[in-house]
Formats: sequence, C-alpha cells, structure tokens
Amino acid sequence: MTSQTTHTFDREYDTIVIGAGMSGLGAGIRLAMFDKKVLILEKHSISGGLNSYYTRFKRPFDVGLHAMTNFSPRGERKSPLGKLLKQLRIKHEQLNLSEQKHSTIVFPDTKLSFTNEFSILIEEIAQKFPHEIDGFLKLVDEIKNFNEVSLKNEYQAAKSVVSTYLKSETLIEMIFCPLLIYGSAWEDDMDFSQFVIMFKSIYLEGFCRPEGGVRTLLNLLLETYEQRGGELEFKHGVEKILYDGKKVIGVQTTKGEKIKANKVLSSMGAPETYARIDEQEKKTSAQTGRMTFTETIFITDKKPSDFGFHETIYFYNNRNKYLYRNPQTYYDDQSAVICFPNNFQDDDNPEGIIRVTFMADYTHWKKLLSEDRKAYREKKKEMGETAYDVVKKLLPNSWDAKIECIDTFTPTTIERYTGHFGGTVYGSPDKSRDGTTPYQNLYLCGTDQGFLGIVGSLLSGISMANLHVLSQ
Amino acid sequence: MDKQEVRQVVLDIIADVALDEDVSNLKDDVALRDQLDLDSMDFLDIVMELKKRHQIEVPQEDYPQLASMQSCVEYLRPKFQ
Ligand SMILES: Cc1cc2nc3c(=O)[nH]c(=O)nc-3n(C[C@H](O)[C@H](O)[C@H](O)COP(=O)(O)OP(=O)(O)OC[C@H]3O[C@@H](n4cnc5c(N)ncnc54)[C@H](O)[C@@H]3O)c2cc1C
Repeated sequence: MTSQTTHTFDREYDTIVIGAGMSGLGAGIRLAMFDKKVLILEKHSISGGLNSYYTRFKRPFDVGLHAMTNFSPRGERKSPLGKLLKQLRIKHEQLNLSEQKHSTIVFPDTKLSFTNEFSILIEEIAQKFPHEIDGFLKLVDEIKNFNEVSLKNEYQAAKSVVSTYLKSETLIEMIFCPLLIYGSAWEDDMDFSQFVIMFKSIYLEGFCRPEGGVRTLLNLLLETYEQRGGELEFKHGVEKILYDGKKVIGVQTTKGEKIKANKVLSSMGAPETYARIDEQEKKTSAQTGRMTFTETIFITDKKPSDFGFHETIYFYNNRNKYLYRNPQTYYDDQSAVICFPNNFQDDDNPEGIIRVTFMADYTHWKKLLSEDRKAYREKKKEMGETAYDVVKKLLPNSWDAKIECIDTFTPTTIERYTGHFGGTVYGSPDKSRDGTTPYQNLYLCGTDQGFLGIVGSLLSGISMANLHVLSQ
Repeated sequence: MDKQEVRQVVLDIIADVALDEDVSNLKDDVALRDQLDLDSMDFLDIVMELKKRHQIEVPQEDYPQLASMQSCVEYLRPKFQ
C-alpha cells in the first residue's frame, strides 16, 4: 500500500498515551499498575487538560472545576466514583470531598432546586408540576434500569424519549438544562445514553468538590502514576501518529523523536487525533463540535454566604425555551451557569469566588483575537460586566462585595492550552463508544470515546486501557 | 503449594482488588460475586494480579473457573506446581 518508509525509532514502549488530562492519567495508571511499559506524552507544561489549574494575580485558579459530578459516599462501590477509586486503588478519603449545599435551575417563571438528596427534586416537581410527577417517576425508573455504559448503544434522541413521559415543555427544558450544559457535544438535544449518564451523575448522585480543588485530584493521580512506575513527559507533544499502512506503530514527537509503541491511546479528541495521521492514509474524519464556552471568574472580598446566599450552582435561563446551541455571536447572555465554589459544605477558599459560564462561538473570538488584540481584550471586559450584571440580579440586594480581580477565558484560550479544535469542551458529536478507530492499534479515550466530565473521562481512560490493552 | 496457601494467595489479591471490603468471612462454596461487590472490572483485576504476582495466566475462557473460592483453588493449584 502506502508509507513504505522504514522508521528508525529512538525508544520503545508497550503503550503511548497522548495527553495527561483526566482520561490519559486514568489509562496510564491502569497500565503502569500491571507493569506495562507506558509513556504519557503531554504537550502542555502541566497536567489536567480541560480541568487543569493556573496561578494569576498571585491566586490559584482552577480551569474547569465547578463541581465534580457523580458524588457517592465512602463505601459505595458500584457507583461510577466507587468504581474508579477501586480501579485506581485510591481511597475515598484521600479526595476529601465536600458536598454541594443546593443548586437551582432558574427559568423566567419557575425555579427548581435540587441537592444530592434526590427526594428534594421529586418534591419540587410534585409541587410545581403536579400533573407531571407520575410521568417523572416513570422516567426515573426507566433511567435507573437503563444500561447507559454499554458500548453498543446506538444514538437515540433524548428529548423524544423524555417527551413520552412528560408533557410540560417547560419541565422538559428545565430538566435538560444542566445536563446539556454539563455534557452535551450535540446542540439542543443529546444522545439518550449520554442523557442517562448525566441525569444519574447530576440528579441521582450529585455535586461535590475535592478540598483544594482540582489540584488535589491531579496530584493524587500523578503520585499514583509515578509510584506505579509510569513515565510522563511534559512539553512533549505528539506531532504525528505513525501508520505503516496496516497498523499504528508509534509516534513522532514535537522534539523530532520517533517512539515505537504497540498501542497508542489518544485523549486529544477524535478530529485532533485523525489530523495527526498522514493525509494520504486518511480513512475517516470526525466533525469538530460547535459547542464551546467562555468563563469569567470574579474574586471578591466577601463571600455570598456572608449575605445569607447558599446556592452552589445556578443554571440560569432567561427565555422560555432553553437554547443550548452555538449562539452565532461572541456569547449568549440570556443563559449562564453560575457557580459559587464557596457554597460547598466546607469552604477552604479565603476569598469569595463566582464563576460565570456562557455559551460562545469560537469563530467570533478567533477572528477578533487574530485581527485586533485590543478589541479582544475589550470584548472580554464587556462580557465580564454583562456577567456581573447577571450575578447581581441573582444575589441578594444587600450584596456589596468589592471585586478584587477578574479572570476570563474564551474558546481561543481553551484551544491554545488543550489543543481542542474550535475550543470545544465536550468534543466532537461523532463519538467512538468502544474507543476503536479505523486504524489498528490506535484507540480513543476521554471526551470523544463518549464519557466526559472529571469522573466520566477518568472512567473512560480506565475502561479503554482495560479493554484494549490489559485484556488483550 | 497446598490448598490453604493457594487460598491465601487468592484472598490477598481479592482484599487488594476489593479495597476496603471485609474478606475474612468468605464462604468457599458460594460465588464470590454473591458475597462481595465484584464486577467484571474486578475479575479482570484478579486475573491481572495473578499474572503480575505469580506469573499465572488465566485465559479469558477460563474466567468462569474463578467463580467461587473453592473453584479458584481447584483451578489454580495445578498452576502453582
Ligand atoms: C470551563 C470548563 C468547565 C468544566 N467544568 C467541569 C465541572 O465542573 N465538572 C466536571 O466534571 N467537568 C467539567 N469540565 C469538563 C472536564 O474538564 C472534561 O470533560 C475532562 O477534563 C476531559 O478530559 P479528557 O481527558 O477527555 O480530555 P482533556 O482534558 O482535553 O485531555 C487531553 C490532553 O491531551 C493533551 N494534548 C492535546 N494534544 C496533544 C498532543 N498533540 N500531544 C500531546 N498532548 C496533547 C492536552 O494538552 C490535554 O492535557 C469542564 C471543562 C471546562 C473547559
């Protein structure tokens, strides 16, 4: 066939994992644990990917952490969190998880609150949508009995399934709102399996936060990986995935090294991975997702709880319908996710923090950044002001805290630091449920295998390593 | 290795795989799955640990032989000789 070039390799591994985000680290730990010679290559200078951290204004910031979904208490072993801790041999108490207080979905005429105690949401729905409660309970039964993690599930539009149980358009929109914005690569609707995953992880299990934020988790993962003998190289990206016409045989790195590997596990995303294979060997493509976000983080001198405000996360929507779609402009200010990290049971932050996420369009930000940096900065500033107006509407009238500093990131920031095309967070709408690709010995893990969020992507890495390397 | 020693080997592995679950009262003739929260991921781990610690290979078609402690011991003992 093609590519008759013979390669001389500098080093050799059983498996190369591309990316030290959650899924790459999860996969790496499993492989190292069972004595596979494994190398994680990470292009950035630190780990975490979409859920990393940085320091600005002399303060620690988390990139993505609003809340860890899938909370389950210590001793629970069948839950996604229980499974992943068991598989990585990490103890629940090492994460020091603190549960949310309560969160609320806010629509123009109705609010629905929920906590990690599912009965609260049932009561809320019974009270505010009395005609829907029977249907809702039946839907919950179907969800509980559905095997959402089966690698064979076909795409099924979730809204059409849910509307067989519920009649109220508003209730349907409200239930979908947190699930879409916390995990859908598709606009307006999502795959039913993904809906079930998100429903369980948010409503049935719930939100929590590790003490110290995402650093705690990442440090634990890195430590575990190192103790198990895994190798990790930062600032060392994969430039090309080498394919000999029959199978993948290794990678070529940004430092010009050629490294041989029996298997390559990629957490970069599907389109990003396929773009690293020689054009002439092209066998497939995956679309770049259209959903991306901006986030503005406010550090304040007082905390929301000082004003009697205890919401953990607000899912705010100012329209009757919830438009989960690319806004075709810089950002959509009619809906937002607002996270108050101080409002978990234990608050280890010395200052007030408010995070506001808007849906955004990558193209607008990209164009502005490349044409006019000053205008880009102005736009960020304007967005911050808009975001703070939304926050003030939701906080008690007495709120008078002073803003100490503001940090904003846009889809171009996400692209720059994680390499995700179009600054996507939930990846491509084309998922590979079983992690296989048209290229032998090349597998996907993480977001584009279909499991996302912190817990989801860790589990993805674990299960892809189990399936494609350890059980072979 | 005698039966008791093989049993101990398996027990040590299960204790590690099942993390903080109590394995001291396992009944030998009852399926492990019915006494402990073990799923297919855990069985894979038991097999991987056998290979790692004792260089014993258990092919996929033999996984059913690991159903109970008794069947584990019977199946694995010859492999320890
Ligand atoms: C703003 C924001 C808020 C979020 N909020 C939450 C939340 O509250 N709770 C939650 O659970 N999840 C949240 N998420 C989602 C969660 O962060 C992701 O789903 C998860 O981290 C995805 O992990 P991953 O391993 O699949 O991918 P990634 O994290 O993208 O990992 C891929 C890694 O590969 C590296 N890489 C890319 N290209 C190359 C290359 N060529 N060579 C080498 N390395 C490469 C990247 O640098 C990156 O480290 C949020 C994400 C964002 C951006």
